[in-house]
Amino acid sequence: MYDQLRAQGVTQVAYVPDAGHRVMIDRSLADPDVHSIPLTTEEEGVALLAGADLGSARGVLLMQSSGVGNCINMLSLTAGARFPLLMLVSMRGDFGEGNPWQFPMGRATQTVLEAMGVVVLRADAAQDVMPTIQAACTMVWGSGEAVAVLLGQRLLGAKAF
Amino acid sequence: MAQLKRIAGVNQPDAVLDRREAVPALIERPQDWLVAAGLAGTAQELCAMTDDGPNVFGLGGAMGAAPMMALGLALAQPQRRVLGITGDGELLMNIGALGTIALVAPVNLKIVCVDNGHYGETGNQDSHTGLGVQLDRIAAGFGFPVVHVINTLADIDEGRRILAAPGLAFILLRVKEGPALRKKRSLRPHVVRDRFRAALLGM
Repeated sequence: MYDQLRAQGVTQVAYVPDAGHRVMIDRSLADPDVHSIPLTTEEEGVALLAGADLGSARGVLLMQSSGVGNCINMLSLTAGARFPLLMLVSMRGDFGEGNPWQFPMGRATQTVLEAMGVVVLRADAAQDVMPTIQAACTMVWGSGEAVAVLLGQRLLGAKAF
Repeated sequence: MAQLKRIAGVNQPDAVLDRREAVPALIERPQDWLVAAGLAGTAQELCAMTDDGPNVFGLGGAMGAAPMMALGLALAQPQRRVLGITGDGELLMNIGALGTIALVAPVNLKIVCVDNGHYGETGNQDSHTGLGVQLDRIAAGFGFPVVHVINTLADIDEGRRILAAPGLAFILLRVKEGPALRKKRSLRPHVVRDRFRAALLGM
């Protein structure tokens, strides 16, 4: 997935850490040609990537599904100015979740993204990941859409809690 | 009636500067910068100072976005000077962004906060800074390498010097309550995005 995004010209990788994104984060930290940007809250990344687009750079925003809730009003920037935006969201409160705290936002993730005009794609099996990311990249940088790819817990495995 | 009290033990001089004079005095040539300007006073005045210029992305919503937009832009355009300019209310809404910016620390980025201590758009309620919260100390605590406070006209020269020098910096421009410079500006964000990119990138 990381190599696929780099091949698309991604140079800004922004994230609030989640276990599901560990490898992506580590790869970005080890890549001298990429800005690896840890955020204090996910909405920072929405604004960051809008600024990147103003300067013709491409980026990706990594977060856990709980972070989607932190982005809602900031997505009015994306929708209003028609900024392209690629979000990769590792799901909690999903298939096999054992922590009841994760369910409210997990259940609402897709709904609130779509309510703010973000196209939602989902990958729940390993063989779906590459084609889904490829489709998302085309929709984002070909068509200028905001797209979130939800990486389900059936794919990532439910975190023991 | 419930009253908000000033935070005890904070001693700051009263703000004396008029933003309509102080902001243009500090940002002498706004056309030389790529600018992300925050909701709402700073967006109004930077658009007024550039005659709604294409190098300014002025927010009319999405409160809290300007500093991080400036960071993304600075990383995307390392050869250009980038200014994130915002008010105290907007900066407070996404204060952690200062920590993120300090971590990444692009040398071509400056953050300016025009601090009037009030929510000027919504009835002039006291903001946290109007009651003693000190954004310069927050910026220093987050690790900004250069922090400068402008209380009077005498402090502006040093602000100009910092803006002209390379390196990340935070400037707190303390002003009185009162209106910002204002001219008609586009409030259609997709138009503002497209013209910004057209002027910068030719696309």
